[in-house]
Amino acid sequence: MRSASTCLTALVLGSALFLAGCERPPPAADQIGYRGTSMGSVTNPRTLEMREAANQPPEAQPAADPTGPRASTIYQNVKVLGDLSEGEFIRLMASMTEWLAPPDQSCAYCHNVENMADESKYQFRVARQMLIMTRSLNTDWKSHVGETGVTCYTCHRGNPQPQATFKLDPGPRGAGGFTASRQGQNFAARAVGSTSLPNDPFTQLLSYAGEIRVNTPTALAAGNPRTIQDAELTYSLMIHMSEGLGVNCTFCHNSQNFGAWNGPPQRATAFHGIRMVRDINTRHVQPLAAILPPERLGPEGDNAKVFCTTCHQAQPKPMGGAPMLRDYPELGAPRPAP
Amino acid sequence: MSFAIDYQNIFTRVQVRGPDDTGPPIETDLYSRGKTIKHNYWLGKIGDAQIGPIYLGWFGSASLLCGIIAFEIIGLNMWASVNWDPIQFVRQLFWLALEPPAPKYGLSFPPLAEGGWWLLAGFFMTLSLILWWVRTYRRARALGMGTHVAWAFAAAIWLMLVLGFFRPLLMGSWSEGVPFGIFPHLDWTAAFSIRYGNLFYNPFHALSIAFLYGSALLFAMHGGTILAVSRYGGEREIEQIVDRGTASERAALFWRWTMGFNATMESIHRWAWWFAVLTPLTGGIGILLTGTVVDNWYLWAVKHDFAPVYPTPYTPAVDPLTLPGATR
Repeated sequence: MRSASTCLTALVLGSALFLAGCERPPPAADQIGYRGTSMGSVTNPRTLEMREAANQPPEAQPAADPTGPRASTIYQNVKVLGDLSEGEFIRLMASMTEWLAPPDQSCAYCHNVENMADESKYQFRVARQMLIMTRSLNTDWKSHVGETGVTCYTCHRGNPQPQATFKLDPGPRGAGGFTASRQGQNFAARAVGSTSLPNDPFTQLLSYAGEIRVNTPTALAAGNPRTIQDAELTYSLMIHMSEGLGVNCTFCHNSQNFGAWNGPPQRATAFHGIRMVRDINTRHVQPLAAILPPERLGPEGDNAKVFCTTCHQAQPKPMGGAPMLRDYPELGAPRPAP
Repeated sequence: MSFAIDYQNIFTRVQVRGPDDTGPPIETDLYSRGKTIKHNYWLGKIGDAQIGPIYLGWFGSASLLCGIIAFEIIGLNMWASVNWDPIQFVRQLFWLALEPPAPKYGLSFPPLAEGGWWLLAGFFMTLSLILWWVRTYRRARALGMGTHVAWAFAAAIWLMLVLGFFRPLLMGSWSEGVPFGIFPHLDWTAAFSIRYGNLFYNPFHALSIAFLYGSALLFAMHGGTILAVSRYGGEREIEQIVDRGTASERAALFWRWTMGFNATMESIHRWAWWFAVLTPLTGGIGILLTGTVVDNWYLWAVKHDFAPVYPTPYTPAVDPLTLPGATR
């Protein structure tokens, strides 16, 4: 009797320990491809609900009157939003304050309130570049953002700095000397799903246009120089995308041949997304490092850059695909005055 | 309801404790046996309670030494990678690794910190395993046994050498080798499959899996059969190869009843040996062909009607990279 209860206790404790790392049910798998090919979308309604609740778009301000003189003729030093009406301009400024300025600073976070046209605050100059970027994303990158578009809130989510970003990360320091280097991998890096894969695939593949593809398009070896280390870097980026979007591999790929283009159409969207992120980082974000104060820079002297999680925050579509641009056409292409 | 639990226990139920068993005399018995014999009750639960006599000899000693050197190179480098922090060493142990050299070094000997230690660890590990292999061969010969165990062990060494030595040699770079580490070698395996177009479509990988799972199946069938007839002396299976008893007859009839065919007390061990040996043997062939001959296993499999082109509900898309004006 005593040994039976000991066995039972051990069994209960053992299974509790064994199952501690598992996801709480109910997981759901929807078939999204031909039978027997493991094409399935794995989700958990509970997690989905949680993410949906945590990623609600803010209520849009009431639409502004688009008529009247343009902002560029009313205010000084308006270089990006000069085509807006006064009402639209004020509405967007108020929304930006709501979307990202610390409440105790409000307009003063970016502006010298004595002279709103003054460019001396670095936040002012950063915001100007970010507005150029947002308009470019909504016009040049429809291949990724579609008609849903993006606003400041898509990344900022109420914070002066977007929370999910990357900086150059050499990883924890080893002993150095003649002891083996980690070669940029082998610790539980959160950004790549706590795997032991390279912890910074982003610098090479998202700050620079490093080659992502590793497969050979022919059956036999034909001089493809891609190495296993290259494959690990790509794999690491893919894990980040999977975690960042809250999806599994078959959201974009077919299950048998990752390189083929006969799988879900999301892969093309992701393809353009990767190019979009590179454009964001190289053209808009990295050049800002020169004007940022030291506290905004990482240990390697670079500023925070964008990756998939920055907007997606573990959702396949940021904020469940809420059409933010529809409420803020001011952030789209410049429109002729009505 | 009662059911016989005697033969379904995972532990040995009977421990017979006789005088120390020093084994049969052999021709070249250079040292006297029996001085180091001990008994352990708990070991008796899973095997023979007697420990020793142990024969280490020159090959065994050299093998152990090389093994310890390899183990220390790997372990100390892992520890150094967390800056000698004992807590982080334990915490991150499953993530830590000793990585092979970067591709730029090819087959040259890189600086110690850049993969030199990996080469040294691999060298000593290989030496240790080969010396241990010599030992299993020589000890079997000394006892007048066949060398089946040694050759089965050689099959495992073959797979290891393919992964860490033969294939990197053929590919012209040590960087193709496997890192020493728990998660890192698993990530390496997945990356290897991704790079070479899905290893599941490598027919030798498929064979290896069939033999691996087959080994497990045979193991369960054989273990189950012998335990089930051990009440009739079935565990004395070797004697029953030539002197078939009621245990053997019942076991054989059981399988003929259930599947129409039965292995014999001898042949079942040949089945088991070959399945086990063919697992790493075929696996090694599959690895050796990867990257050297075949670069995309899925496309290879489709080309040779080993896999179908699966139907897809999606409209095949054009690779955006091939469209005019595409950014790389």
